[in-house]
Amino acid sequence: MMDKRKKINISHVITYVVLIVAAFVFLFPFYFMFVSATNSNADILSAAPKLFFGTHLSENLKNLNERLDLGRILLNSGILTVTYTVLAMLIHAMSGYAMAKYEFKGKGIIFGIIMLTMMIPGQVMYVPLFKLMNNIGWANTYQAVILPGLAGAFGMFLMRQNMLSFPTSLIEAARIDGYGEFAIFIKVVMPSMKPALGAMGIYMFMSMWNNFMWPLIILGTKSMYNFPVALSMLEGVAWRKDYGVIMLATVFAVLPILIIFLVFQKQFVAGVMGGAVKE
Amino acid sequence: MSGMSVDKDMRSSLGERRVREMKKMMKKKNAPYFFLAPMLVLFAVFMIYPIIDSLILSFQDFTEGNYVFCGLQNYITMFHDPVFWKSLKNTFIYLAVQVPVMVVLSLLLGVLVEQAFLKFRSGFRMSIFLPSVTALVAYAIVFKLLFNTDFGLVNHALTALGFDGVDWLNTVWGARSAIIIGITWRWTGYNTIIMIAGLKNIPMELYESAEIDGASFFQKFVYITVPMVKSIIVFVSITSTIGTLQLFDESFILTNGGPNNATITIGHYLYNTGFSYYKFGYAAAISYALVVIIGVLSFVQFRITKGGENE
Repeated sequence: MMDKRKKINISHVITYVVLIVAAFVFLFPFYFMFVSATNSNADILSAAPKLFFGTHLSENLKNLNERLDLGRILLNSGILTVTYTVLAMLIHAMSGYAMAKYEFKGKGIIFGIIMLTMMIPGQVMYVPLFKLMNNIGWANTYQAVILPGLAGAFGMFLMRQNMLSFPTSLIEAARIDGYGEFAIFIKVVMPSMKPALGAMGIYMFMSMWNNFMWPLIILGTKSMYNFPVALSMLEGVAWRKDYGVIMLATVFAVLPILIIFLVFQKQFVAGVMGGAVKE
Repeated sequence: MSGMSVDKDMRSSLGERRVREMKKMMKKKNAPYFFLAPMLVLFAVFMIYPIIDSLILSFQDFTEGNYVFCGLQNYITMFHDPVFWKSLKNTFIYLAVQVPVMVVLSLLLGVLVEQAFLKFRSGFRMSIFLPSVTALVAYAIVFKLLFNTDFGLVNHALTALGFDGVDWLNTVWGARSAIIIGITWRWTGYNTIIMIAGLKNIPMELYESAEIDGASFFQKFVYITVPMVKSIIVFVSITSTIGTLQLFDESFILTNGGPNNATITIGHYLYNTGFSYYKFGYAAAISYALVVIIGVLSFVQFRITKGGENE
């Protein structure tokens, strides 16, 4: 009996040690980023780098504001992300609903084709999309960043999976009560989809806030940059590289999403898990 | 009646006649097409059209202001392009090292963080998940500083422990290691979430009866956990493979493909070809090579593992 107990305790200790080391590795870069944002370039690059919060925050902020229009970039990222998230929730809920609760001609083929494109990397689309956006005069616009991402299959699939289990009898009952099809969708189905919508919304929010490669390609002027693109430009300038300023900019790019994650942790986890749910 | 309030809402915003018209259109029979319409329009314009146009472009060359058919020329160029092969090789190195490491790590962390006795579980979970919400550009910039040869903390720590510092970002394997470490840091937590979803479906009785039989932690992991979450492991492997094949941000920010293209990925080379040199036809050909590779690898992985599931 004693022997067994001892054994269990050792495995407990190992578990804690591994998890504490893992937590340190995962969290340290964040700590370093926050700390460095408050230190001067010289402190960060010294032989004994400062690992505690310093006093350079306001000076870093002043310098950062001189190099990029922080308010404008925050606005760009905000507009892109919020518009994208709202549209994605609406469009994918609608298409997922059609796929889950209706029988119609061509359903199998449409669903199959849309799902098949999940296998095709976005990078295949970038050259033709770049040409297309330039041809219709949409280069360097918000819609050029927002609309292509909405055509993805993930949101539709996630909503369909969740709507499959919605009782069809409730929809039928609403029809008998004289509800129109759109009213049924909005007033009967959507309210019970809040958890799924939340999960997808957080997921979409995150992916657009962090979106880099396509915005880098299609956004041409400083005043249109989102955070990742602005960050990469700031970092890419070799001369007068000030790491305190760069780290502060990184904090601005990361902090909103960290806060949202901490508030909506459940929805985020559900969104990630949603992609893995088997039919 | 309950239906009245709906009508009232719609009337106030759209006007009575349009409501009646809409109602007529929105019969059960054609309703699904209305629900699908926005998605289908976007899908046709921003998905189907580019996919087809990209394929056509890959057989074209831009000369004297016009796109002209050039047969397989782009693909032939690709086969003789040393940088393309380098990018392919690099991407497969990341794939071969990083995907297995991350799958094992994420499963292990998932198992540990779900142990019944664990205290501060939500704290551990949160710290594991946190990297996966961070912008790739942001973490790549932080890692670039941490891995700096002269004043990065990683080398400071190594020398403090008595090791030699590593020239991380300027040597072939140093830079590759930095990228692999970076990707693992960023994505392990993401996959741990998925693993946990699978782990939660394992009946506790299995572990309990194994414990009665005196099974060790390791035995339980190998004989119960791994077989029970096999489909999740397959899912994580396939999505991680697809993700790794499309790597761009890390190569672009952390190493800028260097030194001497030793870390450039297919996605990064595609970007350079298309948007630094504006060789659209050639970039399209590279992108289709990527499609073929992803298709083949996913098919193979799926095939191998499906055979296992039928046992």
